[in-house]
Amino acid sequence: MSATAGGEDASTRAGDLPQAPGDDVMVLAENVHKSFGRLEVLRGIDLEVRRGEVMCVVGPSGSGKSTFLRCINHLEKINGGRLWVNGRLMGYRQHGGRLYELRDSQVAAQRRDIGMVFQAFNLFPHMSVLGNVVEAPVRVKREPRAAARETAMELLDKVGLADKAASFPRQLSGGQQQRVAIARALAMRPELMLFDEPTSALDPELVGEVLDVMKDLAREGMTMVVVTHEMGFAREVGDSLVFMDGGVVVESGAPKRVLTDPQHERTRAFLSKVL
Amino acid sequence: MSTPTPTEGRAAPEPIKAVPVRHPGRWIAAAVLLVLAAMFVNMLVTNDKFNWPFLLENMFSPPVLYGVWTTLKLTVLAMAVGISLGIAVAVMRLSGNPILAGLAWVYTWFFRAVPRLVLCVLFGNMGILYQNLELGLPFDNYWMPALGLDGDARFYSVPMNEVLTPFMAALLALALSQGAYMAEIVRAGLLSVDKGQTEAAQALGMGRGLILRRITLPQALRVIVPPTGNEVTAMLKDTSLVSAIPLTTELFFQLQAIGNRTFDLFPMLVAACLWYLAITSLLMVGQFFLERSFTRGDRSAQAEVTIMQSKAGH
Repeated sequence: MSATAGGEDASTRAGDLPQAPGDDVMVLAENVHKSFGRLEVLRGIDLEVRRGEVMCVVGPSGSGKSTFLRCINHLEKINGGRLWVNGRLMGYRQHGGRLYELRDSQVAAQRRDIGMVFQAFNLFPHMSVLGNVVEAPVRVKREPRAAARETAMELLDKVGLADKAASFPRQLSGGQQQRVAIARALAMRPELMLFDEPTSALDPELVGEVLDVMKDLAREGMTMVVVTHEMGFAREVGDSLVFMDGGVVVESGAPKRVLTDPQHERTRAFLSKVL
Repeated sequence: MSTPTPTEGRAAPEPIKAVPVRHPGRWIAAAVLLVLAAMFVNMLVTNDKFNWPFLLENMFSPPVLYGVWTTLKLTVLAMAVGISLGIAVAVMRLSGNPILAGLAWVYTWFFRAVPRLVLCVLFGNMGILYQNLELGLPFDNYWMPALGLDGDARFYSVPMNEVLTPFMAALLALALSQGAYMAEIVRAGLLSVDKGQTEAAQALGMGRGLILRRITLPQALRVIVPPTGNEVTAMLKDTSLVSAIPLTTELFFQLQAIGNRTFDLFPMLVAACLWYLAITSLLMVGQFFLERSFTRGDRSAQAEVTIMQSKAGH
């Protein structure tokens, strides 16, 4: 795991394109820039997530951590730098020293093995719990419905909600909805899971049940990038911790080290407020 | 300071008996309305210009019933085409494709700007523009002679009046106009769906068409259905405009024709009112049940939560 503060000195040179990372690297970000209009949200992010690693990303609101997560599965288009997931350049094809934008359908195909869990759950309200989990495997992967149902029931069992298969999302508590959302993402058998503040919209007493599911997932060796405010989770489950502020990675390292012995003033200031 | 004792064990208080507020204004208004209603009924019965026997005799005559059928057929077809067009145009308008979006905008602009009556007459007279409807290469009358070729580059031709029958003109005018209004309704519906829904679907690897068909459009329906019900009612009434094409088999045209022929127009206008009232009322009943079935998911879910909570309480 390595991550450095973004460089203002780094410039992209034509004809000198970065090469795809090795097999053991799941996510590789090189000098990723993203702006919304004139607002620069990401100002040069370099980091690497190894296969099986659980990386927690923390930082004050507006630091760009959610935006970076959304860049990983190309929900946001990056303006500069390169972003590889599972050895593939996200959103582009590199050929003969040039970048070609991918078509919508090709981007959709790239997203299939990246699961994502949102702060607001975003379950499909017009479908049952089972319908939510089965939808993508059946419609996108064209799995036979019976097999998809069986897998879905196993996943719902795993998140402790097999008895809610026939319920509709709005009949469930927030914690239950978020666990369904995790099962829905897992149904596509992703190689990488992205969590965008998965417990921030939950009542305090419901946070634990979602974190427990995530811990199980981490133990099974899932590669995870988790944007979170749960420092306890980061310390216990995370293999690495990244502190972002102002659109750059300020500090990163082993969670225990960063949390107990932060090197940067900004990290110290942030941690003193949240710990 | 003493804390209030729990109400348990205390006798329930006597129900309140109070003199209700009087509303003399309501009684006066009711009396006035009663007198007016009596005058109206008296006019209906005693004024022989209504000619009720003549009205009843003609209201259910075969040409009028056929007119009702044409009106219903036109309503259903125009709405079906209009809704399909509306969905297509709304999707074009919201697509990232600037050509499709521009095309959709121009279409909506034109058909919302021109009145339906004008559209009906315009489409009814389209035969003036071309004698025949022809399929071929464009501008052949310029480039064929320029290349020194004889004849034309048209492969298929039908007389305009065979294609653009009055019914077809009526259907085109109403459906194209309806498509423009439906596009706005569908667009509003699609925009009402939370953006997170699309993102969640994208994150699952779903493509544009799939997201529209399975995720956004079904959720947009709850916003689209109620105004569409109103549009059906409006369409039923607007079919009377096609008597200006003229589409002679349509209900209003038939009733007017009988009235003009017999020099007893007024009863036929009353008959038209009664027919439109009857069909529109039926449609309103249908709309009530349709809207109720669309909110059912919410209500049963709410009921179930209430039941769960009351169980948990015990």
